[in-house]
Amino acid sequence: MHRRVLAGDRLVAAFLIGCVLFNYPLLSLFDRHTQIFGIPLVFAYVFFAWAAVIAVMAWAVERRFK
Amino acid sequence: MLEAPVVIAVSLCYLGLLFAVAWWGDKRADQGKSIIANPTIYALSMAVYCTTWTFYGSVGRAAVSGIGFLPVYLGPTLVMALGWFLLLKMIRIVKANRITSIADFISSRYGKSHLLGGLVTIIAVVGIIPYIALQLKAVSSSVSLLLSYPDIVMPDRSATMSVAADMSFYIALILAAFTIVFGTRHLDATERHEGMVAAIALESGVKLVAFLAVGGFVTYGLYDGFGDIFEHITTNPELRHLATAIPSGAGYTGWFSLIVLSGMAVLFLPRQFQVAVVENVNEAHLKRAAWLFPLYLLLINIFVLPIALGGLLHFAGQGVDADTFVLTLPMSQRQEGLALLVFIGGLSAATGMVIVETIALSTMVCNDLVMPLLLRHKRMAIEEAKDLSGVLLSIRRGAIVLILLLGYLYFRLAGEAYALVAIGLISFSAVAQFAPAMIGGMYWRGGTRGGALAGLAAGFMVWAYTLLLPSFAKSGWLPDEFLTQGLFGIELLRPQQLFGLGGFDEISHCLFWSFLANIGAYVGVSLLRPPMVAEATQATVFVDALKNNGPVGAALWRGRAKVSDLQELVGRFLGPTRAQTLFVAYARRRGHADGVMLEADAQLVQFAESLLAGAIGSASARVMVASVAKEEPLSIEEVMHILDEASQLRTYSRELERKSRELTAATLELQEANERLQELDRVKDDIMSSVTHELRTPLTSIRAFSELLRDDPRMHLADRERFLGLIVSEAERLTRLINQTLDLAKIESGRADWNGCELDLKEVIEQSIAATSQLFREKGADVELDLPDNPPLILADRDRLIQVMLNLLSNAVKFLAPGSGRVRVALQRLADGLEVSVADNGPGIRAEDQQLIFEKFRQVGDTMTAKPAGTGLGLPISRRIVEHFGGKLWVESVPGEGATFRFTLPFAPVRETAVAVAEGA
Amino acid sequence: MSKKILIADDEQNIVISIEFLLRREGFAVLVAGDGEEALAKVRAERPDLVLLDVMMPRMNGFDVCQALRADPDLSGTRILMLTAKGRDTEVSKGLGLGADGYMTKPFSTKELLAEVRKLLGM
Repeated sequence: MHRRVLAGDRLVAAFLIGCVLFNYPLLSLFDRHTQIFGIPLVFAYVFFAWAAVIAVMAWAVERRFK
Repeated sequence: MLEAPVVIAVSLCYLGLLFAVAWWGDKRADQGKSIIANPTIYALSMAVYCTTWTFYGSVGRAAVSGIGFLPVYLGPTLVMALGWFLLLKMIRIVKANRITSIADFISSRYGKSHLLGGLVTIIAVVGIIPYIALQLKAVSSSVSLLLSYPDIVMPDRSATMSVAADMSFYIALILAAFTIVFGTRHLDATERHEGMVAAIALESGVKLVAFLAVGGFVTYGLYDGFGDIFEHITTNPELRHLATAIPSGAGYTGWFSLIVLSGMAVLFLPRQFQVAVVENVNEAHLKRAAWLFPLYLLLINIFVLPIALGGLLHFAGQGVDADTFVLTLPMSQRQEGLALLVFIGGLSAATGMVIVETIALSTMVCNDLVMPLLLRHKRMAIEEAKDLSGVLLSIRRGAIVLILLLGYLYFRLAGEAYALVAIGLISFSAVAQFAPAMIGGMYWRGGTRGGALAGLAAGFMVWAYTLLLPSFAKSGWLPDEFLTQGLFGIELLRPQQLFGLGGFDEISHCLFWSFLANIGAYVGVSLLRPPMVAEATQATVFVDALKNNGPVGAALWRGRAKVSDLQELVGRFLGPTRAQTLFVAYARRRGHADGVMLEADAQLVQFAESLLAGAIGSASARVMVASVAKEEPLSIEEVMHILDEASQLRTYSRELERKSRELTAATLELQEANERLQELDRVKDDIMSSVTHELRTPLTSIRAFSELLRDDPRMHLADRERFLGLIVSEAERLTRLINQTLDLAKIESGRADWNGCELDLKEVIEQSIAATSQLFREKGADVELDLPDNPPLILADRDRLIQVMLNLLSNAVKFLAPGSGRVRVALQRLADGLEVSVADNGPGIRAEDQQLIFEKFRQVGDTMTAKPAGTGLGLPISRRIVEHFGGKLWVESVPGEGATFRFTLPFAPVRETAVAVAEGA
Repeated sequence: MSKKILIADDEQNIVISIEFLLRREGFAVLVAGDGEEALAKVRAERPDLVLLDVMMPRMNGFDVCQALRADPDLSGTRILMLTAKGRDTEVSKGLGLGADGYMTKPFSTKELLAEVRKLLGM
């Protein structure tokens, strides 16, 4: 029961993190003519943030306790 | 290998393969060995979200707006994080009520209303038709592109082309036939299509592989990796903006709108509702899907921007539509195999969407639009027909053909003016109108049928006015003035700057106005009056879906019905044999071994209604059941009473559960406390018994000697003196024992007096040694000292420390062999304190006794014939004193080589310490 | 021939006082400082009576009593338990293990002598 609640809370956290990461104003910080490893910054940022949110979700639901 | 016959043959083979998979899946499902009972397949089936819009359109969008194609996939990712709650609740509701479509869901929630179900169906059909047109457009252009190989010729589409000569028309017909074969081969009460889901999952795999293949080819074959492509555009002034621009022109508002819109679409698109909710086999699959589906979306989007940029560079100035880059890039490089794979991938994306979407829509059209009309106008005819399951199937098949033809019509009317993505967004905006009624219905008890109707109608009308009609106008089917000057030339009514609202892209503009109207009307109208009986009942069923309560519906039905009537009724829609089987199985479940129920109670009526709901929708099912069962109407007061009772019962039982949990916990605590008390009692008993034992022993000697002296007045003087001496020493021992026992009791109870002050440990040791020098002399023992000068001060009670030292020193002396004994006392500085050691060269202490000697009254004197003198309390008291000042006291010993007692004391902390000790005292 | 009595106790002063008392009354007295020594001396010297303290190192009085009673050769040896723990359970435990008498410390020398004589049938 507790485990279920915790997993649920983590998913909500992932949702909130995603909402912040994927939108203005955080997004605008990366929207500039800069490259990182030869890739446009904003492109790299969005995909990285996206992958991170998915990773958090996977961790939240797949993690076995003990 | 790209000639027409090959392309057609490969396409047909692929469709055949899909059909084989579907057939196999259905067969396994009938055998009870579901092949889709797997979370990965569930997640893949959700990827039906990715249509040709994704497959071809994303690249087109990226070619204009950089990463502007992404929000449509970020929204679903976010929503899947909440899917754990939202989708879970939807799945529970759908399974409990045998709901088969989103129209059924909404109609059922607001009192099983025909009108509402019909309205939702109309919105869904009208809203989705552009989306289906999009698939037709994409498939037909991919076919004509492929057939023009090796040239790359943009398909020429003029509205004047005759229908008979238009390939898209035939594609629509083939898709219709395919869908009919797929989805309406038989009628199922649960309306689940396992075979179809298996095929869709396979298609999701194919389109992902195809897209990754072409992405890899463009990025690493045509160019030299991501860095290479992006380097090309930074040096190209025309493309430079693509490396940064958040959707050009739309700004962050547009970006945000798309996230919101796509988040709702992934829940409320009829096909998504179908695969994620209706076709869900096991709600535990949601867990895997929650991250696997977003991961799929991420993977299929990685190469979009590289392909778009690669295409723009490669086809610069050649007039090639960016929507076709995925196909035209491999073609331009003579990669025939890859081009064919891409074509099949696109076909997968299109067929997957069309099949699921039209099946979902046809179920709605049949159950929520046609059946209610038939029931109203031709009730007699229907009631006469014995078996209507064939009629139902025909209605669905007709609906599939009709929907695809409407899609074709839209494609002919408006398809050319828009890019793929723009068409899709029109549909997204339409289904988003379901959100208030759906989410409100699941979490708010106050929503009413009137509110839902008003909200949906208002939202739908605003959507049509601000998005659908403009799409016709842009295609020339409505006058241009409609857009530029507004309806009837009223400027405030310009559809894309409604009431003068500017500065938004058309999607954000529509989203704002339609939601304002939708939510406003839904909430406003709902608040006009309290929910009626049917609404209140269904509100409870929906809102409390995640609480484990029994079927509320059965509790709310009162009336009379005959079993035979009900069975006959169900038989008419599901077939008489099937109805017979279901009724017998139900009777057995209810405990009638012979499978016959004589009385139709409320639960049986409920059961029959839910069976019908699966086939003809909940609203129609209610009407049909009402026609054979005499229901006694309940007043709203009665219903509310029953619902209150149910919820009170739940509250009571929760309360009871809580109380009983508390009781159990309290009992446990009591038990533990009792055990602790008993243990304490036992310990106290032991100590009392030890103390009395220790007191009785010297008393015994004293009494015996005294009596001997008394009874024998003529005793020798020497004996007399010896005995008197023994009496005195035993009396001293007794006194010491009493003092130490009281001392220990005081320390243990915390009532001892401590006079803490900063002191020099070296001084204490020297003082103690001086006090015991007599003992050492008597035993003929040497004392070695190793004391540094001016050691750091420590904080302790001088007298107490002397007590500890005296105890250790006298202990050491006691066990020394006379004459050869040696005791070494050392003071050593540690990192955080001082350590004192008292080492002797006596017999030592066995390992098993090294803890024992610190227990009360435990003396270890094995090596001697007699007990050592002492009370057995010295070491326990010393240990407690040292611990009181934050140190430790222990012994190290190798038997035969002596024993070393050590204790540590921490340095006096700077200041404050005196206060702390004073408070501790 | 005088009766032989073994005093088994680890408290030296108690041993001294009892030894003095019994010798004065004409008994032959043996002394043991712990349980094992007591057992060995009973086997070697065959005393008529053993005054057995309960709390002794190495082997307590109960165990010595049990060992003595397990040996059929020693069935004639009388046992008088002496203990500083006067609780009823201890008394019954000693008697249950086959002791012939029981005295609680501190005792009166007169009572001790009376008990000793009674056990020796004098």
